[in-house]
Amino acid sequence: MANAPVSDVKDVETPSESSSDTHFNVSRLLGSWRTAGIFIPFLILFIILSISSQPFLQSTNLINILDQQASLLVIAAAGTLVLVAGGIDLSVGATYGLTSVIAGQIAEHHAPWIAVVAGLGIGLLIGLVNGTIVTVFKINPLITTLAMSFVIGGIATKVTGGNLIVLTTDPGFAKVAGTNFLGMPSAVWIMIVIVVALALLLSRTTFGRFVVAAGGNAEAARLAGVRVNMVRIVTFVLSGGAAAAGGIIDTSRVLSAQASSGGSALAFTVLAGIVVGGTSIAGGEGAVPRTVIGVLFIALIGNGFDLLGFDPLYQQIVLGVILLIAVGLDMWARKRQR
Amino acid sequence: MSAGITDNDTHRTVRHTGLDVEVAGVSKRFGGALALDNVSVTLKAGTVHALVGENGAGKSTLGKIVSGVLTPDDGEVRLNGAPVALHSPREGLAHGIVTIAQELAIVPGLSVEENVFLGITANRAGFVRRRESRRRFNELAEQVGFRLTPGAMAGSLRTADQQKVEIMRALSRNAAVLIMDEPTGALSGDEAEALYEVIRSLASNGQSVVLISHFLSEVLALSDTITTLRDGRLISTVAAKDATESSLIEGMLGRSLGAAFPEKQPADPDATTVLSIDHLYAPQVSDASLTVHAGEIVGIAGLVGSGRSELARAIFRDAKVTKGVVLLEGQELKGHSPHTSIQRGLSFIPESRKEMGLLVGRSVKENITLSRLDKVSRFGWISKSRERAVVSGLMTRVKVKAANMKVPASSLSGGNQQKLLFARIAMCEPAILIADEPTRGVDVGSKRAIYDMLVELAQTGMGIIVISSDLEEVLGISHRIMVMRLGRIVADLRGEQMNQQSVLEAAFSQPTVIEGEV
Repeated sequence: MANAPVSDVKDVETPSESSSDTHFNVSRLLGSWRTAGIFIPFLILFIILSISSQPFLQSTNLINILDQQASLLVIAAAGTLVLVAGGIDLSVGATYGLTSVIAGQIAEHHAPWIAVVAGLGIGLLIGLVNGTIVTVFKINPLITTLAMSFVIGGIATKVTGGNLIVLTTDPGFAKVAGTNFLGMPSAVWIMIVIVVALALLLSRTTFGRFVVAAGGNAEAARLAGVRVNMVRIVTFVLSGGAAAAGGIIDTSRVLSAQASSGGSALAFTVLAGIVVGGTSIAGGEGAVPRTVIGVLFIALIGNGFDLLGFDPLYQQIVLGVILLIAVGLDMWARKRQR
Repeated sequence: MSAGITDNDTHRTVRHTGLDVEVAGVSKRFGGALALDNVSVTLKAGTVHALVGENGAGKSTLGKIVSGVLTPDDGEVRLNGAPVALHSPREGLAHGIVTIAQELAIVPGLSVEENVFLGITANRAGFVRRRESRRRFNELAEQVGFRLTPGAMAGSLRTADQQKVEIMRALSRNAAVLIMDEPTGALSGDEAEALYEVIRSLASNGQSVVLISHFLSEVLALSDTITTLRDGRLISTVAAKDATESSLIEGMLGRSLGAAFPEKQPADPDATTVLSIDHLYAPQVSDASLTVHAGEIVGIAGLVGSGRSELARAIFRDAKVTKGVVLLEGQELKGHSPHTSIQRGLSFIPESRKEMGLLVGRSVKENITLSRLDKVSRFGWISKSRERAVVSGLMTRVKVKAANMKVPASSLSGGNQQKLLFARIAMCEPAILIADEPTRGVDVGSKRAIYDMLVELAQTGMGIIVISSDLEEVLGISHRIMVMRLGRIVADLRGEQMNQQSVLEAAFSQPTVIEGEV
């Protein structure tokens, strides 16, 4: 019937009937569109900004963008793995907030490395809890991480008593993200190392294959011997750790922290970046480099609005439209690939 | 489907009986490939007309052109001699042409009756006229002889009954031509038998049925006319009484098939026991004991629901075993996940390859190496060159036909998708392979290739358990046959005892031993 459900279950005959060379070309083209997809608008935007705004192409502006986006990029890179494995993590914003304030409070009185280790430890632990709830208790990841974000946010407010934490006594903590190395702050270098590591983890390792398999068809993956639950837990742990790293980087950059920083706004911006990058919200495919471009694309829009003096009101509208286009194209590509 | 029947009682009695559908010189191209090449067929009213051919021969494409899902590039469709241009299934529907697809379009949360009248619910000013609706339902049910509870949730019905709902829906829309694509693929024997009755009665009522099917015995028994397609071209249209299974296969393949099954290699009497199961209890399995020797193919027969797949899953440790042990090469198989079973040398090919076997959107390569990525990686880092070498070796060995190893599994035909799973197994080199319905939905040519593969794997010393609903298949390839009924193994047939009659007798036997436990 005309309204047959859209699924990957197909008529036995269709695959080979449409398996002409052209079909392969079409799907390959779509495949490469998915890879190249966001790169092209990104390049166009980059060129437009370079032409229309004098200060844009200056290295201070570009490095500044990377510095500001470092935390988001790290969180989005790990979030890509969660999404590809068929999950979603909405608790990253709250985790970012909690680790920010805890790292900040510890850094006031202790050595910076203790603050870093404590922050990361809490992030990884939150990820472990998320992953365990999702896999062992089989609660929908969207609900799990949404609920967890309330819990974590509450804890963060309790820890700070609602106050802004400002690091005044020990400037050592600023060096975590602010040490200049080869012309770029360490925040950018840390981001590059983590993002590259996560990109390789997804694309070149057995674990990465398992992540893709778990998100693509969990039952088939399980019967093929993939420990799907374990794989999913690890992606949540990575996401929690990345959220903590993001919180620590930003606290070190601005030397202040607040329980309410991050929150759902950060979680959604991260998700937007991943999806605009072309990673499918349905799981089973995606790549970290595309996420990087997706996040930076959104950042460039913001930067462009600032530099060109547009009303920032329209920035959100533009972002929303772009997000819808990205998801729409993804659905269209999936349908064509059937 | 907007045409709501309101107070017009006469409308429903109008039937498009006596609709001859003529397909004249139709061609259809998908990109560069001709899916249909100048095909002409006449589907006469009041007949059952079967379309047969291998996967990719163009059967479904032809069906879709007749129903309006696809428009032909060349040629035309004529209804009772008048050319029509159908641009959508809706337009086909308006002419009384309805397709019942392989995947059913049932709304599980609505009742049987609501599903039947979906979109054409009898109403007055938007309010459903319940009594009127029920009256029409009963009329329809009587006419086709279905016994369905109108108020039952459609989702709770077994597949055969859901299919009946679809057929009733088609009839409620005054269908003159019903196109059925693999209607019995998901049905058990008796359910299929019931459907055959319906098809026959439809034809005797003057409606015509286009039957697209892989089951040649079904095609021969039901049809009046059989059209064979190969590579998009019309090979022949003959009266069913003039066709035989082998003449059809020859037309489909362009050559004769030769023997359907490879020659049986005698099992080595001194072979070691690789698998032994002792009084195993699991959900829907009770007191199952069996042994499999190296190089032996053991068939498991039985009706659908007799516990065959459940036994497979219990052995594979994917279901909870409540009692009893599984010994693999003399050692007890513990652990509770497919992962450990595979590591220990036990592999499983599940019954539905798309839902449980493959990552359809991923590449051929990724699908093959998924279970044993450790063989092509070091410390978790995949060696691309090693993976390529292993995959191309396996693709040659298992004869997977694919453009290259990077194309998605979804682009392969059913038979080749199944071969992918065999390539995966070959890479695992297990001591025991359990294959659940290994040739379901696979065309004739690929079936033989899969049997050859099973025999070849057995010759390497693998012990193989084949679960199948296809009796000929079980008889054709097994060294021994176990028959299951109600979760128990009721017969262990070997040698002379292995024949159709003894298998059926065991499958339908009354359980003689009823022990106290459950």
